Amino acid sequence: MSIGSAIEVAHLTKKYSAGRDTVLALDDIDFSVAEGEFVSIVGPSGCGKTTLLKILAGLLDTTSGKATLRGTPITGPRNDIGVVFQSPVLFPWRSVLDNVMLPVEVQHLDRAGHLQTARELLLLVGLRDFETRYPWELSGGMQQRVAIVRGLIHDPAMLLMDEPFGALDAMTRESMNLELQRIWLERRKTVLFITHSIPEAVFLADRVIVMTPRPGKLRLTEPIRIPRPRTLDAMTLPVFGEHVRQIRACFNSNSGIDG
Amino acid sequence: MNTPRNLGFSAVLMVLVVAVWEGGTRLLGVPAFILPPPSQIAIAMVRGMMSGVYERHLGVTLLGTGLGFLTGCVFAFVLGTAVAMSRRFDYFLYPYIVMFQAMPKVALAPLIVVWFGLGITSKVVSAALIAFFPLMVNTIVGLRSAEEDRINLMRSLGARPSQIFWMLRVPSALPFIMAGLEVALILALIGTIVAEFVGSEAGLGMLIQSMNFTMDVGGQFSILIVLAVVGLLLNRGILALRRRVLFWDPSVKTAAVVGPIKGEVA
Repeated sequence: MSIGSAIEVAHLTKKYSAGRDTVLALDDIDFSVAEGEFVSIVGPSGCGKTTLLKILAGLLDTTSGKATLRGTPITGPRNDIGVVFQSPVLFPWRSVLDNVMLPVEVQHLDRAGHLQTARELLLLVGLRDFETRYPWELSGGMQQRVAIVRGLIHDPAMLLMDEPFGALDAMTRESMNLELQRIWLERRKTVLFITHSIPEAVFLADRVIVMTPRPGKLRLTEPIRIPRPRTLDAMTLPVFGEHVRQIRACFNSNSGIDG
Repeated sequence: MNTPRNLGFSAVLMVLVVAVWEGGTRLLGVPAFILPPPSQIAIAMVRGMMSGVYERHLGVTLLGTGLGFLTGCVFAFVLGTAVAMSRRFDYFLYPYIVMFQAMPKVALAPLIVVWFGLGITSKVVSAALIAFFPLMVNTIVGLRSAEEDRINLMRSLGARPSQIFWMLRVPSALPFIMAGLEVALILALIGTIVAEFVGSEAGLGMLIQSMNFTMDVGGQFSILIVLAVVGLLLNRGILALRRRVLFWDPSVKTAAVVGPIKGEVA
């Protein structure tokens, strides 16, 4: 066990039984994420990324193996994990501020103190003036920023992100990547970021873990050696291209992705 | 829609219909006990209003409707929640509820009056029975309509089932429940009138019945108009409530912002 690791995943296996067949979704997964580290898991759809995330969020049981967060095993939903899903999943009957405060209400935390935090975080993502607005008055990118703030409000030990920008257009996506890096540099949360975009994974992460499907297995861990803060121009650096090439080669050798 | 031009057109249309009706019945010599002319209906209306007779009976009918509606709502929410949230309840009891609904309530009205008497109780029971089913069905569908992503979000936060119910399922069900309330309120009015028809000491339904015996067709028409207006006002009340409660729902906010798209509605 490495010192200072926030997440430890050891020999994690997940089987689904569909009728008579059993599908091996995750096969003997091992990895760890250090405290304050940003790790991306990249893989094609159907490789078991979302299954892994749901297990870490406590929404699914494991078949064997275990995952621990700050030393305690994850056996069910717990209050020190923040999750950002693919869609913003905001409640339309709640204002922006009330959506952000949802975890505080659910977990009966101190309201006044967290109200302060909520306003600071909204200021950080540029939505301070929108706290009384409703989600349907916001653009897709703004909604996802509200979802990120909601994921951070209760100061979780880790933030799980499941392709959070997958539904956004390419330009919004790039600006959200910059935004997320800025938030992360400010808050230094432990982040596990799941995506199917190799450039996105490389741009954001300290380390990229490559996952291949059928069965879901971890193939490669690529430490990213690009200094922060990274600008969008970093994507044109030779070292960036080299990281992307390495990761893509890993997929091709496993014929996980066509082309 | 409410432009002066449209309002004017609407008024002209109404005057025209009344004029044709008045002229037709007089020219063709239609007997008043078959189809009275509008003037006679208007006279009956004014007489009924001035004497305070309509007011008294309307009060009785509205009280029956209101209490029946509330009773029906309570049963609809309780049973609807039980069916939506408990698989066992759904499996064992829901078929009986549906079978009961398949019985025509109008045919049950004589029994209800025998059991509950000529007072307000039989009206409340009749109104509640007719009003409850559509609201219950909508409550069930609504409570089950909560999106899986939203449930996962609540679960990932460690929410208890009761928190998921109150903070997510109930608000998600509101658009369905409001639509159910709209139907249920009008059905409660109908249920009350049915009970009054069969046997009652007071109420507009009983008044229509008694006028039928004296062949006061003009009077009957005037009460039908009163009922139609009452129904319209009750419906408007529910719609106003709906706009307040569902300000966030696409069905309300799109109508408020853009209205029907040109060419969408003829």
